Amino acid sequence: MSCHAFTFAGCALLALPSGGLFWPDAGLLVVSDLHLGKSARLARRGGGLLPPYETSETLARLDADIETHAPRSVICLGDSFDDMEAQGELAEADRLWITRLIAGREWIWAEGNHDPGPGQIGGIHRAEVTIGALTFRHEAAPDARAEVSGHFHPKARLAGQAAPCFLVSDPDRLILPAYGRYTGGLSCDAPVLAALMGAGALAILTGQRALAVPYAAALGRGQRAR
Amino acid sequence: MIALPDALPDVLPDALADWLDAQGWDLHPHQRAMLDQADAPSALLIAPTGGGKTLAGFLPSLAEIARDPRPGLHTIYISPLKALATDIRRNLLRPIEGAGLAIRVEDRTGDTGATQRRRQRVDPPHILLTTPESLALLLSYEEAPRIFAGVRRVIVDELHAIAESKRGDQLMLGLSRLSALAPGVRRVGLSATVEDPPALGRFLGQDTRVLLADPGPAPDIAMLETGHPPPWAGGGGRHAIPAVLDQVRQHRTTLIFHNTRAQAEIFFHHLWLANDDGLPIAIHHGSLSREARAKVEAAMTAGQLRAVVCTGTLDLGIDWGDVDLVIQVGAPRNVKRLVQRIGRANHRYNAPSKALLVPANRWEVIECHAAIDAVRARALDGEPRGPGGLDVLCQHILATACAGPFDADALYAEVTTAGPYAGLTRADFDACLEFCATGGYALRAYDRWQRLILRNGHWQLRDPRTAAVIRQNLGTIIDIETLKVRLRGRMGGTPLGEVEESFAATLTAGDTFLIGGEVVRYEGLREMTVEVSRQPGRDPRVAVFSGTKFATSTQLSDRILDLLQHESWSDLPAHTARWLALQREVSGLPQPNRLLCESFPHEGREHLCVYGFAGRNAQQTLGLLMTKRMEDRALAPLGFVATDHATLIWGLEPVLNAAPLLEAAGLRDGLESWLAGNAVMKRTFRATAIIAGLIERQHQGRRKSGRQATFSSDILYDTLRRFDPDHLLLKVTRQEAMRGLVDFGRIEALLARVQGRIDLHRLDRVTPFAAPLMLEPGRVPVAGEGRQRLAEAEAARLMAAAGLT
Repeated sequence: MSCHAFTFAGCALLALPSGGLFWPDAGLLVVSDLHLGKSARLARRGGGLLPPYETSETLARLDADIETHAPRSVICLGDSFDDMEAQGELAEADRLWITRLIAGREWIWAEGNHDPGPGQIGGIHRAEVTIGALTFRHEAAPDARAEVSGHFHPKARLAGQAAPCFLVSDPDRLILPAYGRYTGGLSCDAPVLAALMGAGALAILTGQRALAVPYAAALGRGQRAR
Repeated sequence: MIALPDALPDVLPDALADWLDAQGWDLHPHQRAMLDQADAPSALLIAPTGGGKTLAGFLPSLAEIARDPRPGLHTIYISPLKALATDIRRNLLRPIEGAGLAIRVEDRTGDTGATQRRRQRVDPPHILLTTPESLALLLSYEEAPRIFAGVRRVIVDELHAIAESKRGDQLMLGLSRLSALAPGVRRVGLSATVEDPPALGRFLGQDTRVLLADPGPAPDIAMLETGHPPPWAGGGGRHAIPAVLDQVRQHRTTLIFHNTRAQAEIFFHHLWLANDDGLPIAIHHGSLSREARAKVEAAMTAGQLRAVVCTGTLDLGIDWGDVDLVIQVGAPRNVKRLVQRIGRANHRYNAPSKALLVPANRWEVIECHAAIDAVRARALDGEPRGPGGLDVLCQHILATACAGPFDADALYAEVTTAGPYAGLTRADFDACLEFCATGGYALRAYDRWQRLILRNGHWQLRDPRTAAVIRQNLGTIIDIETLKVRLRGRMGGTPLGEVEESFAATLTAGDTFLIGGEVVRYEGLREMTVEVSRQPGRDPRVAVFSGTKFATSTQLSDRILDLLQHESWSDLPAHTARWLALQREVSGLPQPNRLLCESFPHEGREHLCVYGFAGRNAQQTLGLLMTKRMEDRALAPLGFVATDHATLIWGLEPVLNAAPLLEAAGLRDGLESWLAGNAVMKRTFRATAIIAGLIERQHQGRRKSGRQATFSSDILYDTLRRFDPDHLLLKVTRQEAMRGLVDFGRIEALLARVQGRIDLHRLDRVTPFAAPLMLEPGRVPVAGEGRQRLAEAEAARLMAAAGLT
């Protein structure tokens, strides 16, 4: 199995190698920081014209995860669109693709700092969501418990290779990697992330398969390339 | 090419001629020739270091401005080094002030303050000293036509160095623009000795007249006699330290050149430990902080130093009159660069420069010997320069649009007047223009957000605010991502230099490494700065600087092969001659038109050694391609190591027939698939994408906030390969890699020369030639599925160690 199974706040969860989080008992798939429409936004602002394929690539991975795990609910945990205009400017094919993914399941857009308001695509819009024991919001809140968030795009280094990663500090914090294709990463040893991680925290690296290492061992620069 | 005149031309203004007389300066023949040729539309002076090239370039300008001192820009001087612009200004002011000429000289580089820049755009000096990058920036301003309209002459110093990189492409495109803005502007190139002067002339401009100055007496060059023979393998030349110190004592000022920064650091460290007399010796290389380098340069100019351990950073720059010995540690790789380096020992014009070579291992003894022969024969090497880069052309198109709307036909006609782009096809030009305008993707996603739009037949920026971003990103020098190193302490601590980010990523608190000749201890990372403390510890690691690894040139490799064909080697050191004789007896010596391979077991592993003499980069590529083919044939390769002369592969199964592994078509197929996901390609793509304006350079300020906002260019590369494999930038990347780090051309040349004459010697033990290869650093493991397995095993180990499952 290429997923990594772990327990967080008493819930049995799966970290998918794609960067998605699946909660089998709730039939829930959570993905964070899709940043759809990023290349279009950069172009609009007069920057470099990046290869305009990232939205399709990201949607293809999401489609595959939905196909595999058949979730009843999907939460997009904020920064789903690179900005509010990006949503309006989606290519028609991509818009239809999202509509098809939404059909037949509960779909929640949590708001992020890049997409703070409701959009024109289907699904429900929420600031944050609580399901069972877990609370889902875009950015970690002070003193939160059993919280699943995104926002930071954490990244860790193992055997000389860097990869986006989940950070798990049971039972309080679970931070998701960015799911979008054109997203940078924040090294998991950044002080803002270290402050959120308690003793015994894990980093789960994404890639061909999800690989868990102790957070202390993944502290970016402490890991010697082999 | 033209003959040098004897008579003093009558063009110098009296004040200047009188001043020269008063100084007792007698113009060199080539300086007079440059005055004679002052009206040539394009002239190239090739003269040895110390020959007063720069003055030769400036004299006609001084004469013209003195005669007609109206305000406005008359001459633009371009040098590859910012520091050189400042030094030249000082040197120019002597004759100008001495002769009382009313000539204003100013420099303009990346270091020039905003106020002066603004003033220069309104009220330019007579002579502007600048760099290719600053010229490109000036040309991108809307007022460029007004600033440059009156320019008469442009002088390009150290043209040989500028022409070696994409900075040369950028500069020549800039000059094509300049010629359009200032019709009749004359070009002057100044160059050190090169192998093909007419080619450099064509690079500079159409119908360039080439003037060859007297090359001066042949250099006094020899191998340094050392007490110990060099080691069998490796580099650095530590065995020669006592002999080098002896030479430093016997000379006024010695430059000790190394091929890499890492080797310079190690050598300096040990030289310093052995420096019992406390001779003032310093170190200078490109990864030291600007402050540290400036200190060394000032001490050098003041004559306070007896020696400087250095790298290519001292190949160019202002002449230091006192250098009387150059020591080259390690094989020179390339005869032309060696000759240019030797020229640094130019204490007297027309006196022979003195140089000593220090081979760092046994192979290098042969290479140094061949190089000395080549220097004495004045046989310079060099691969012909390829056509100008399309990524640089894209940048030029964007920069041109910043200055104002342009007509595509006119711009095409203009850029093809630039030497490197003389053969540019209209189709390639249009592809570049298309890339700049729409991104050039198969999926037309940016119709609304094009970068350039066609309006009334002219191309222009859709959003004029884009110009600021484009200007910020002008230039073709791509910095590897580095982090500053500072001593931990008050006020941020003393800056020591920088290390590559990838090296910093491997450091753990307590690790020690060498920088600026001192051993420091890694304390931690703060705000993108590596904090260290002084720690005279043992066994420091060496910071990795991935500067270009120069491969031994084709000509030098051919000379080495020729040397191996001799009956005996009485002119080589006895230890080396014995080694060659033993190799001939046990196995055989490589021959020019055959390919020698050896296969033998050693310490439980099978080995295959291929003596291709194709240069380090090509031998490395050969190792990658051959191990891939061996894997397909279940020969279970485990790893390989490459040098300039050979590739050694080890594995589990013996190779009894080498020919199928070296079949050209198979290697080429392997290349296609291997290249695709290769790190060399990704690194090359990053440079190409930055130059072409696809991605922005990372600015220090932005990096401080963490890397969350930026993402790796590797992702763009993978995305393009998957969705748009025929994209312009992928084609450019492929071409660059093939002639750069991959160097497949030399593998093809090797196979063409060998024509299947492959000799495989099956032996029962390691051969004299193969033995040193066993000790070479830089062994490359063959991964296959390995990476992932390695990571999984590592993760399992870490989890178990932490008591987690």
